[in-house]
Amino acid sequence: MEHNIYQVIWFILWGVLWAVYFMLDGFDFGLGMIMPFVAKNDMERRVIYNAAGPFWDGNEVWLITAGGATFAAFPKAYAIMFSTLYTPLLLILFALILRGVAFEFRAKEESPVWKAVWDLCLVVGSFVPSLLFGVAFANFFLGLPIDREGILHGNIITLLNPYGVLGGLLFVVMFVVHGATWLCVKSEGDLCRRARHVAEKFWVLEVLILGIFLVATGLVTDLWANFFRYKILLIIPALALLGLISIPAFLGQGRYWLAWFASALTVLMTTAFGFAGLFPRLIPSRLDPAATLTIYNASSSPLTLKIMTAVALIFVPIVILYQIWAYKLFSDKVSPEFLETEEAY
Amino acid sequence: MDVVLASRLQFAVASLFHFLFVPLTLGLSILTAIFETLYVKTGDEDYKRAAKFWGKLFLINFALGVVTGITLEFQFGTNWSRYSMYVGDIFGSLLAIEATLAFFLESTFIAVWHFGWNRLSPKLHALCIWLVAIASNISALWILLANGWMQNPVGYTIRNGRAELASFIDVITNPFGWMEFIHTVSGAYILAGFFVLGVSAWHLARKNEVAFFKKCFRVAATWTLIFALFEVFNGHLHGSEVAKAQPTKLAAMESLWETKQGAPMYLFIIPDEKNERNKVELFPIPGMLSLLAYHSPNATVKGLKEWPREERPPVTLTFWSFRLMVGLGFLFAALSVLVFLSRDNPGRFPWLLRILPWVIPLPYLACEFGWMVAEVGRQPWIVYGLMKTYEAVSPISPLQVGISLLAFILFYTLLGLVDFYLLFKFARKGPEPRTKVSLTAKPATI
Repeated sequence: MEHNIYQVIWFILWGVLWAVYFMLDGFDFGLGMIMPFVAKNDMERRVIYNAAGPFWDGNEVWLITAGGATFAAFPKAYAIMFSTLYTPLLLILFALILRGVAFEFRAKEESPVWKAVWDLCLVVGSFVPSLLFGVAFANFFLGLPIDREGILHGNIITLLNPYGVLGGLLFVVMFVVHGATWLCVKSEGDLCRRARHVAEKFWVLEVLILGIFLVATGLVTDLWANFFRYKILLIIPALALLGLISIPAFLGQGRYWLAWFASALTVLMTTAFGFAGLFPRLIPSRLDPAATLTIYNASSSPLTLKIMTAVALIFVPIVILYQIWAYKLFSDKVSPEFLETEEAY
Repeated sequence: MDVVLASRLQFAVASLFHFLFVPLTLGLSILTAIFETLYVKTGDEDYKRAAKFWGKLFLINFALGVVTGITLEFQFGTNWSRYSMYVGDIFGSLLAIEATLAFFLESTFIAVWHFGWNRLSPKLHALCIWLVAIASNISALWILLANGWMQNPVGYTIRNGRAELASFIDVITNPFGWMEFIHTVSGAYILAGFFVLGVSAWHLARKNEVAFFKKCFRVAATWTLIFALFEVFNGHLHGSEVAKAQPTKLAAMESLWETKQGAPMYLFIIPDEKNERNKVELFPIPGMLSLLAYHSPNATVKGLKEWPREERPPVTLTFWSFRLMVGLGFLFAALSVLVFLSRDNPGRFPWLLRILPWVIPLPYLACEFGWMVAEVGRQPWIVYGLMKTYEAVSPISPLQVGISLLAFILFYTLLGLVDFYLLFKFARKGPEPRTKVSLTAKPATI
């Protein structure tokens, strides 16, 4: 019985790590994706790079930790998740490499061609992970066509089913809004106005796609079943919607931090919605219910889960504290003075 | 090409490439922290410029280290899923602890350090780079405890068809893992030391920023001496640990075919793997191998023929990697003594200043050879004595892996070229001139 408690704790931690990752790196992706539309010159592009500058690396570690936690707590799910999603995952990883080096390399040469190349890398490196993470997670919600040996019956085209694509679009649009509100927070003048315009326009799309996604989820998956069984969970989609409707309200008042928090709540709760619906499954199988991976048949031993719980409960709060400190330290707008320094991207 | 071979090659490409950036991160973070601490203590502006100059090179290098590390973590899932299922209970938790304890700290504070020059007090700012240095070395500890477990599995029990954790204490006190950690980070410190020495020597030979680079040279000279000498000593201890835990690897490292009591060490050998013998064996030192491996000149050392062919690692590759690593290690120790002798007067041996820039690539080679000994020498096991490499691979199509392997090679080659180009460029450019202090950023005057 004791074992089950740790399995449940780790399911929650697993969901939290992924959700926080999307909440944080989501705005970095959004910044990258909107750059071609909102930045009119090199100076404005640099504002965008520096709006993510002190944060993107720390944000990406949430992905490493989410992956590591999946490995540690649910090794079988880790093994099957990433071997079946071989091609999309490697595409995501290559894209993340491009994104990361774009930040570091772009400002190191003056040539416009050099800069244009890394700008392209940033855009691609932001769009591809957004889309593919969305496709991947929608497919988890839908269930993967895996057999009892954990072998995928299908290929990357199988994953690009309508629901999967819908998930991909949802992530892209959600992150565009998320990144645009962040840029409102970090920029001034025309750039800030354009970012706000993008946020408002894509917000309409976000409402539309999230609506369709929630309905489609009811039609093609059984995720909603948990919410009707445990009514308290309905607070999760409710908070997602609350966040969503607050975004334009705060944007309209020019309260950008609050708009960003509202968007962060939307991302967090939309992801949490999927995980809460999956519980206690990690990856359902579409082929064979017996091949479904759950917290009971895919988890680590009780001892490992206990040790990992202790590690997580001690260190994750510390991480959150110093990351909040770092965010506060760099919470001001990217100033032209800062862009003059040699440290600026 | 089969999935096992392609996956092994892919992991080799990904990890050897990753390790082009890791050692400089491990060592240069500490050296940068030392320079900045010297600045805080003495107020000497040169040390601040040193922290900025080496820090900039550190950051260029760090970027690729970070992004290429992620692909390694996920490859255990993509390519080695059977391994992950079998040992994830232990191995996965070590990786997760590494991320939680070290990566967050490292990534958060490197950004604070990079962007925070004019937002923090000098002391607090120096603390940030120390946190980065400590975190990257903690991360090395956990990843090497994980690798050490693959080399010498301890603290586990076979239950539910997999290796499950039996004693966490045994896993994190695994002597093999600790020896690997000490040996690897010392090697990394040597690499960073010769990096600083080489770049400094390049500028000194050109009479560029002489006062500045003399200071850098001096710090790096002492640093490199300590670790180059220490590496010889701990390398020997690590070798005896290998002898105890992995007799097949030891036999391959020495290309020893027949079991011998009082085994000699040949200074020069050319292995002939096909015919299970050595083509050439020259300059024996009697009893030396037994002495080094088991601390007794009469000890028995098992030869490769004790095991069937399929239980042996590739001998030629393991042997030459080991020999070259050791040879380079002794070269570093000798050079470090000369460097130390000229620490106050870098021009004492003019030829030394001229060759030091050319020495920079050698510790990189030594590090890579070291990993080849560790990983190739462990074959055919993925976890020594517990799981064979071919049993560990994912049920994926060879075509998938073939394409991704090709993509890795092309992509990494391009990235590596760009990164080394930038390192060269900024290393040759030297520090920012004394007059231009970027901290006191002035408003743009356009």
